[in-house]
Amino acid sequence: MLSIGTPITTGGQPQPRVARWLRFASPQAFLPLADRLIPWLHAIALVLAAAGLYIGLFAAPTDHQQGDSYRIIFVHVPAAWLSMVIYMAMAFWAGVGLVLNTRLSAMMASALAPTGALFTFLALWTGALWGKPTWGAWWVWDARLTSELILLFLYIGFMALQAAISDPRRADRAGAVLALVGVVNVPIIYFSVQWWNTLHQGSSVSLRSAPTMAALMLQGMLIMALALWAYAGAAVLQRLRAIVLERERHTEWIQRYITERK
Amino acid sequence: MLNALLLVIRRDLLLAFRRRTDVLSTLVFFVIVCTLFPLGVGPEPELLRTLGPGVLWVAALLASTLALNRLFGLDHADGTLEQLLLSPEPLVLIVAGKVAAHWLISGLPLVLLTPLLALQFGLDGQATASLALSLLIGTPALSLVGAIGAALTLDVRGGGVLVALLVLPLYAPVLIFGAGAAVAEAGGGAAEANLLLLGGLLAGAAALAPWATASALRISLE
Amino acid sequence: MIWDSWTDFIGMGGYALYVWGSFAVAVLAVGGEQGALALRRRAALRAAGARP
Repeated sequence: MLSIGTPITTGGQPQPRVARWLRFASPQAFLPLADRLIPWLHAIALVLAAAGLYIGLFAAPTDHQQGDSYRIIFVHVPAAWLSMVIYMAMAFWAGVGLVLNTRLSAMMASALAPTGALFTFLALWTGALWGKPTWGAWWVWDARLTSELILLFLYIGFMALQAAISDPRRADRAGAVLALVGVVNVPIIYFSVQWWNTLHQGSSVSLRSAPTMAALMLQGMLIMALALWAYAGAAVLQRLRAIVLERERHTEWIQRYITERK
Repeated sequence: MLNALLLVIRRDLLLAFRRRTDVLSTLVFFVIVCTLFPLGVGPEPELLRTLGPGVLWVAALLASTLALNRLFGLDHADGTLEQLLLSPEPLVLIVAGKVAAHWLISGLPLVLLTPLLALQFGLDGQATASLALSLLIGTPALSLVGAIGAALTLDVRGGGVLVALLVLPLYAPVLIFGAGAAVAEAGGGAAEANLLLLGGLLAGAAALAPWATASALRISLE
Repeated sequence: MIWDSWTDFIGMGGYALYVWGSFAVAVLAVGGEQGALALRRRAALRAAGARP
């Protein structure tokens, strides 16, 4: 009796490494893998976050220009980086799903979107809280913040489109087209907002004028970025797991999976 | 192939002519939105002259978004769209034709109305000309990109607002360069740069958008 | 550790509202997402397990 995750080989020959990885494109093989990965990713995220926050809140020196308000960058910059990375990943998996017609890839794109939107919102919120003491206003039309805001709209549009279409496969494909159109537009949007920003303001009000990075500050930021990346991986896999459960609930292997879990 | 393109354009123009009220309501919407802004910010001439180009551009964006449902909606409702998909002519060509007709109906009239609305904002001849030129180059780009959104949301619930939600972020670069060209000193370096970038966006959209729209149509109609 | 006392640490040089406002929202976001995911998983399992 085949159990979940048993590779089906032909003639008992060892499969080439690529083909062995490809079997995880099947939701059936993927679920046990996700179950194993998620706790590890959470653990890695916690350890890295502890290290990053120690550096950010206890070890890094106070900046003489911005005081202690600059410490917000330990959340703001990683969140902003990740919001972009996640959008790229979303577009990538959506593209793979569209071209290769693999359901799990499309489900992965759908799983990435809410986490990406959350990080985008976090980048905007922390950006505002950083802008107030630095520039005196809760919102500045800084090129990066404005681009982040438009990125948030792109995420919301993707989620709204998929939510509005009842047929899941059509939702997958329509979302994929939208994500691919979006990813092509992101550099254009970023460039045009930069252009707009320098056009209308002599001295660029830019949150990029962070304190000249002491090595320790940079290390802290990088560690926090890795921590958020590990957390994002865990959250996205958790959501992907839920999506697979929802979509495949009529199948027999899901029933076996549920009973075997208990 | 050119024959097919012209045929599609002619057909859409004819159909739009028979439903003139639909077309005119988009234009009236454009005028109303432009009228609402001074009501909102006050009649001070200097302020209006500064806001004018930006307001007209945003109004053009919104009017263009409203008109998008007509692009494929009517043909989808009576089954013509599915027939078009079965045509031996490349779908990209048919899409290009429909978008061209859509611009002639909903985009070009906005450009032609610009001098009239520029009066409301006290823009002088030079500024009006810049604004009209930027809209002339920009509105086709809006139609091209908007078509993708229209194709994706074919008969989806919440269609009208959903299209706007999808398409308005993608319109941002067109708005930035278009309004930038409109406010810059005519003939100055900045105006030229903005217009060139706008033209670049139009070229890019013309090359890529019909293809994306065709894919989206096939997905929506399976 | 660069702080002289815990009070200094909480105060963040006068920027307490901004710094802690940022970190608090980050923690809330992560916590909220985990909560929502747990609810979603439970609902999905229930929907799948309820089938005969």
